[in-house]
Amino acid sequence: MRLRVRFTKLGKVRFLSHRDLARIWERALRRAELPVAYSQGFSPRPKLHFGLALSTGHESLGEYLDVDLDPTAALAVEGLGDLTARLSAALPDGIECTAVAVLDHPGPSLQEAVTRCTWAIELEGPTDRAEEVVAALLAAPSIMVSRDRKGRVTEDDIRPGILSMNVTELSGTVVCLRADLGTQPRTLRPSELVAALGSPWSERRVCRLHQWVEDDGALREPLAPVVAVGAP
Amino acid sequence: MLSLWPRLEPLLSRVSKPARYIGCEDGAQRPAHRPGDVSWLLVYPDTYEIGLPNQGLQILYEILNERDDAVAERSYAPWTDLEAELRAAGLPLFSVDNHLPAGDFDVIAFNLSAELTYTNVLNCIDLAGVPVRAADRTDWHPLVAIGGHCTYNPEPLADFVDLVVLGDGEEVVGEITAAIAAARSQGRAAVLRRLAGVTGVYVPGLYESCTGEDGRFAGLRPVDAGIPSQIEKRTVASLADWPYPKQQLVPLTEVVHDRLNVEVFRGCTRGCRFCQAGMITRPVRERPAEQVRTMVTEGLRRTGYDEVALTSLSTADYSGIDEVVADIIGCGDNISVSLPSLRVDAFTVGIAAQIQKARRTGLTFAPEAGTWRMRQVINKLISEDDLYAAVESAFSQGWRRVKLYFLIGLPTETDEDTLGIVELARRCVEIGRNYQRSPSVTVSVGGFVPKPFTPFQWFGQNTVAELQRKVALLRTAAASARGVQLRWHDPRATLVEGILSRGDRRLGPVIESVWRNGGTFQEWSEHFRLDLWLDAMADAGVSVDEIVHRHREEHEALPWDHLSAGLHKDFLWQDWRDALAEVGLPDCRWTPCYDCGACTGYGIEHIVASAVPPAGGSQGTAVPVLLRTAVGV
Ligand code: SF4
Repeated sequence: MRLRVRFTKLGKVRFLSHRDLARIWERALRRAELPVAYSQGFSPRPKLHFGLALSTGHESLGEYLDVDLDPTAALAVEGLGDLTARLSAALPDGIECTAVAVLDHPGPSLQEAVTRCTWAIELEGPTDRAEEVVAALLAAPSIMVSRDRKGRVTEDDIRPGILSMNVTELSGTVVCLRADLGTQPRTLRPSELVAALGSPWSERRVCRLHQWVEDDGALREPLAPVVAVGAP
Repeated sequence: MLSLWPRLEPLLSRVSKPARYIGCEDGAQRPAHRPGDVSWLLVYPDTYEIGLPNQGLQILYEILNERDDAVAERSYAPWTDLEAELRAAGLPLFSVDNHLPAGDFDVIAFNLSAELTYTNVLNCIDLAGVPVRAADRTDWHPLVAIGGHCTYNPEPLADFVDLVVLGDGEEVVGEITAAIAAARSQGRAAVLRRLAGVTGVYVPGLYESCTGEDGRFAGLRPVDAGIPSQIEKRTVASLADWPYPKQQLVPLTEVVHDRLNVEVFRGCTRGCRFCQAGMITRPVRERPAEQVRTMVTEGLRRTGYDEVALTSLSTADYSGIDEVVADIIGCGDNISVSLPSLRVDAFTVGIAAQIQKARRTGLTFAPEAGTWRMRQVINKLISEDDLYAAVESAFSQGWRRVKLYFLIGLPTETDEDTLGIVELARRCVEIGRNYQRSPSVTVSVGGFVPKPFTPFQWFGQNTVAELQRKVALLRTAAASARGVQLRWHDPRATLVEGILSRGDRRLGPVIESVWRNGGTFQEWSEHFRLDLWLDAMADAGVSVDEIVHRHREEHEALPWDHLSAGLHKDFLWQDWRDALAEVGLPDCRWTPCYDCGACTGYGIEHIVASAVPPAGGSQGTAVPVLLRTAVGV
């Protein structure tokens, strides 16, 4: 049986790395006494499958993790009722479990299934030209950036990855954007988008608001429509 | 006090591993600072990864926060990138708990476990916005304190610290807190005088160097009759009264020794003559087995760790170790136990086999010296047969890699002794071939640094050139020994450890100069700068040879003579003569007392559950033969 868990990463814990999170979850699952399945071999590890990595320093309201449960351990779905609370109690401040669902059919992994993410991006810089530059970026037929992938530099067009983008707030020297960025075939990261906006804007704060999977053209969050347990 | 967090946050986005600075660990406290509280900032003067697991610091953190007249927070040396950001932004060193400025605490207390961190101590004091020299501090500045093993010779740091704490901290931190609370309205000088009266506390500013008629150093004397002339270390009589840490910190990011740690005993009377930790922590005080079990099971449940280390200076000597280990393994699947320092004999390898059912990759033994003669000199009486039996037992039970720890530059060492190291390793590989296709033996050698309060405190340390010559000898020999890998510690770093270990107050300007020239993080090879140290020594007119390489004389005054670890100086001198005569000394846990002073002087005793030596190896029987192993490290 596989559980899918949704959680946050907010506040000071935004400075944790993806690897840090993996260790924190391993310990939290043991503390919550969940019968997690372990890999075979010399050093058995719990079978956890994380979704798209979040950059160190970015926050999120919608992170996901799949947990394989030990098939030999009897676990009633009803018994999962208080699991979100139990997991949250075992996690540090800022990492809160907000929903748990049972996946009847495991299906594609989170990394395969998710096609886009919604981001809130806070920039530091002049507010007067922000709207104009955002519009220009959206109007551009292509936006070429060079990316370093494992030491190999490639020229990529990131324009197709910008699915939507608009300015949500302008105040003082702060520009707030909301953007839907694609994750297939390669994830467009908010920092790459900020770089494409060019100077003088710099990233202040980034938060992932949602991750989306596509079902017959409709967008839904990765937890639905499976049996949701203890969703808020 | 105002949290610096909003101003720190933007900097953290620009530095490496920012999670080191956020706090938020499970077990972390965010104490409210009540008026009248004595506030302590406990600092480990190296990176968070190294400092967080430090158990001494965690124990004091809990004990202080449990008191109703104290609060304690933690800090670690910021890495060079954050230091540059802090200095550029005009921000000070901060606590990781409430992110408060270090300079706002009443006491900044450093845990000193390694001499090469001394320049970081100065850097942290400076980053706190506090004058680095104690003499320049006013009533408004925090007191700077140091504790930990290095404080048995605090003289090199005497210019920079206000107080030094010797020995176990559990009881004395409360007494220091009370003394500060009682005297602080009368100003800094009054507080320091009062602290000088607390047993275990040394206030360097109240002592001055004396010069004898021959013009040589003649010891330190108190400035007036109201100050004690001898400072005794503190020893808690029983660990059972101190089941700390109760809430071991669980870091959110990577650190060394990331596991539950339970201290099973303190002190060691094996009597290895090079080992300062063993000498200064006597007598042996075992934690009751029942308490160990409770601390392990509750700790695992609370933290979610799947690994527990049973810590001490020689964990296989713990009475009933096999039962305790069996109980822990029985308490859950996938729980692993590590025993960071073990003797080596068939018994010990048996325990290791019990622990490492699946993962038998590497076992570590520490014979420390390559020949029987040399091991008699250092009182590590492992016969060749013991070592080979242990190694055979390991390879035959499925281990493929054995790691052996050795020291070079020991007293009376000849090239035959040095080369004996590779010879031993070669024989171990041979034994391994009977059981494994490609057994491997890694030999790790470190240069020996004589430490205060050991029988070797009089010995002149080998020069860098001599250590390098010995390393070269070993490299040549190891090159033709198949299956033997050689690793060695940089002899240049060993020299600086030597300078700081037995130096005196003349080193103050030396440390300050190295720090001012950017020599921080000297424990890190990429930052280590021997040139800064040698230049500073020359500028200060202090001879390296006099402090490090010269053999000291029986009656000469030593810079730490005014401090006491309980050990009688004549006991140490006799042990030094015995070492030169190649005479070993059995463990006083199971043989009559030698009156070294550690128990007799303080009216305390060993607390050992078993009246007989542990079974199995020759190290437990009439001839104490002992080895340290690290299982699975
Ligand atoms: S006083 Fe005696 S029993 Fe105690 S540590 Fe020293 S030699 Fe051993």
